[in-house]
Amino acid sequence: MVGLVLLDPPYFKVDLPIMTDRLTFPLPHLSTVALERTYLKAQVRIPVLRGVEMTVNRGEFLAIVGQSGSGKSTLLHLMGLLDQPNIGEVRLHVEPTEDHPAESLRIDNLPPATRDALRNRVFGFIFQAYHLLPELTVLENVQSPLMIRESVLGYWKNRREYRDRACEIIDRVGLSHRLKHRPSELSGGEMQRAAIARSLISRPEILLADEPTGNLDAQTGRDIMALLKSLNDEGLTIAMVTHDDNLANQADRIIRLANGRSVDLANGAAA
Amino acid sequence: MYKLLLSTRYLRTRFIALASIVSVMLGVATMIVVNSVMSGFSSEMRTRIHAILADVSIETNSLNGEPDAQAQIDLVNKVAGEYVDSVSATVEVFGLLHFRRGGQWIPRPVTLVGIDPAAETLVSPLTENLDSYRTVEDGGIVTRPALRSSDEPAGWGLTDEALAYRKEWKARQRRFFDGWNTNPEAEPALEPLMDGEPAFAPEPQFEDAPPFSAAAGQPSLATEPANAPTAAGPDGILQTAGTKTAGPEIVNADDFTPLVEEGLADEATARSAANPFEGDLLPTQVISEQEAEQDIDAPLPGRLYVGAGLIEYMREDPRTGKVSVERMVHPGDDVKISTVSTGSPPEPTHFFATVTDIYKSGMSEYDSNLVFCNLEYLQQMRGMWDPQSESGAITTLKIRLKDYDDAERVVSLLQNVFPPHLYTVRTWEQKQGPLLAAVDIEAAILNVLLFLIIAVAGFGILAIFFMIVVEKTRDIGILKALGASSRGVMSIFLSYGLALGMVGSGVGVVLGLLFVRYINEIEGVLALIMGRKVFDERIYYFPSIPTQVNAFTVAWVAVGAILIAVLASVLPARRAARLHPVQALRYE
Repeated sequence: MVGLVLLDPPYFKVDLPIMTDRLTFPLPHLSTVALERTYLKAQVRIPVLRGVEMTVNRGEFLAIVGQSGSGKSTLLHLMGLLDQPNIGEVRLHVEPTEDHPAESLRIDNLPPATRDALRNRVFGFIFQAYHLLPELTVLENVQSPLMIRESVLGYWKNRREYRDRACEIIDRVGLSHRLKHRPSELSGGEMQRAAIARSLISRPEILLADEPTGNLDAQTGRDIMALLKSLNDEGLTIAMVTHDDNLANQADRIIRLANGRSVDLANGAAA
Repeated sequence: MYKLLLSTRYLRTRFIALASIVSVMLGVATMIVVNSVMSGFSSEMRTRIHAILADVSIETNSLNGEPDAQAQIDLVNKVAGEYVDSVSATVEVFGLLHFRRGGQWIPRPVTLVGIDPAAETLVSPLTENLDSYRTVEDGGIVTRPALRSSDEPAGWGLTDEALAYRKEWKARQRRFFDGWNTNPEAEPALEPLMDGEPAFAPEPQFEDAPPFSAAAGQPSLATEPANAPTAAGPDGILQTAGTKTAGPEIVNADDFTPLVEEGLADEATARSAANPFEGDLLPTQVISEQEAEQDIDAPLPGRLYVGAGLIEYMREDPRTGKVSVERMVHPGDDVKISTVSTGSPPEPTHFFATVTDIYKSGMSEYDSNLVFCNLEYLQQMRGMWDPQSESGAITTLKIRLKDYDDAERVVSLLQNVFPPHLYTVRTWEQKQGPLLAAVDIEAAILNVLLFLIIAVAGFGILAIFFMIVVEKTRDIGILKALGASSRGVMSIFLSYGLALGMVGSGVGVVLGLLFVRYINEIEGVLALIMGRKVFDERIYYFPSIPTQVNAFTVAWVAVGAILIAVLASVLPARRAARLHPVQALRYE
């Protein structure tokens, strides 16, 4: 039985027996507190999230499921700072070391430049529609977060290192034969691999995936899932939105959204 | 880095944006061409006017002038000597030029300028503008070499060609009048002087003494019957006289002598009636008159440079379309000048003079207006000459400065010693103020209008960029998701606008400069296409289109165009910056 560990900064309380397995000794990585998001469309208020409390733990593969329109993508966007909540908080938890204890930092109300930096370095995104830049080659697409971070001079100084890193990651996702191709010349699966490679170039802490296999066929989807799982095994925290229960069952933990609220489901347990 | 990469990548892949480059390019090229041509015209005009007018001029308010030219020159040197390079004293007065053409006298209003060529060459270019110092070319082939070398100082002597020409027409004239002679042993009928002309003289209708005789000791000028409106002129077309009357209408000076002695007529009238080709000769004669008594073909003491526009016309050969210059008066011809004297009360006065040279400066205003005369002769004719002090009055002092930047200073110095109630001291620009101001205003207005072309091009860029931003909405969302700031996204499109502006401007500058360089060839092609001349040298007084490229003008046109392109991209760029990442990502 896994329970949520409450975090009360700056102290770290453990209510559970200490276990070495990360599944039984989870460290929170990203959490939301009473998250609400309401859209205003033509004078009509449309509440999407009505107070979501959830946590992604370090090294966890979290699946977020729910019906269409339940706010899954909205939750993911809020977590990744692509959007700002009307009410509530998004908190990032810093890993405890010998020097300082665990700390959680509210990140949704930071200045825009800081939020941009967090999106560039801490979070990685992959989307259902891949969202690669059409004018750039695969190599340039993969390096685009680095180009956004660096000025012309800074990029020029580190260009070899960045190129090597990109090639390594492209190799990891199995796309080395497509370095100089444009997105229009790639298949769906290849595009998603390129997007995954792009999301990894900055060595993010959390990968946020919005229905990554939505536009892919079953086999390719399985390949992508395998890739994600292998990345997760290496220690990458992944939060994935999906409407496919089969995929959700491959995750460590499932959170279901209904009526704008979250219900935490243990692994394998039905709703 | 991503901004640079994306804006250059967009430049390469978005061809529709090149359409907006074309409009910027055309606007820039047009501005450069128009400015260069206007600048060329204006600069040519200024150079020519400046050359003729000299740097500073001191003009008397009265046409009678002020006496003692040398004293005034000395005063100028005393007051402003350190700035002054040279001074020339002249007499400028209005007058009439009469010359014979086709048996008729043709009058033209002129400005008569009495000069001393030696002094005048120091102040403004003279020999460069005189016909005898120039080679005459026709399409690169020399049809007549320069009759005088450029080293020869300007003076009043005739060239050998002019003297030969004078001798010939005088001989013709004598032969013509010899035809009036009843002496059967006189030379036979005239040879045809020109094609289509009768080869015989009309029957003499007077049985009395011939109109003149060389033996009578008169000055060696051909005379003609007082009532005969026709005679053979330099072009020698004969016309019969329909209004001749029989009887002793022919007069010579001797006929008047009794009248003069009785005081019923004055000598001047006597002479002019008898001898329309003779000027009124005052008692103090220049030496050449004695010489003239020995040499019947000698030029008159009065000498002129006549402005080309007064005695020329352009003629287009109907078969070949070639434009040629026809002259009605040549060096060696005699013409008549009428003006006013400085007597009290002022009287009209006239004299005959020999044309020494044709003056062509390139400014039609001056070439159609100026006749230069020898200064002393004009002074004597107008009564401005004081025989006792052997000095004359002058109306104008033309000053050339060592450095034109001192002009204002020199003017103020001279205004102190040349009092304003007697003199007007001005720089050449002040003299020609309205004309130059008009040209400047015209250039300024034209620039404003042409810049509107580039502004229109800017709106084109605005429209195209909006389209591009809408098209790129999703990509903007991606960039923001990856951590690009709003300002960074905005600057992608600003740099895209800058890149478009720079490319359009650069190509426009190259195109404009090429057009200016080959403008005459292009004009030729246009004339071929349109079937008529675009730049007609008969109208414009330039052999080819003058252009002057001003680097500063090219620079500000290019920079202005780039600025407009950047400004046009601001609004779309701001729209791009304001896009919400989530909404942008969802954009279909």
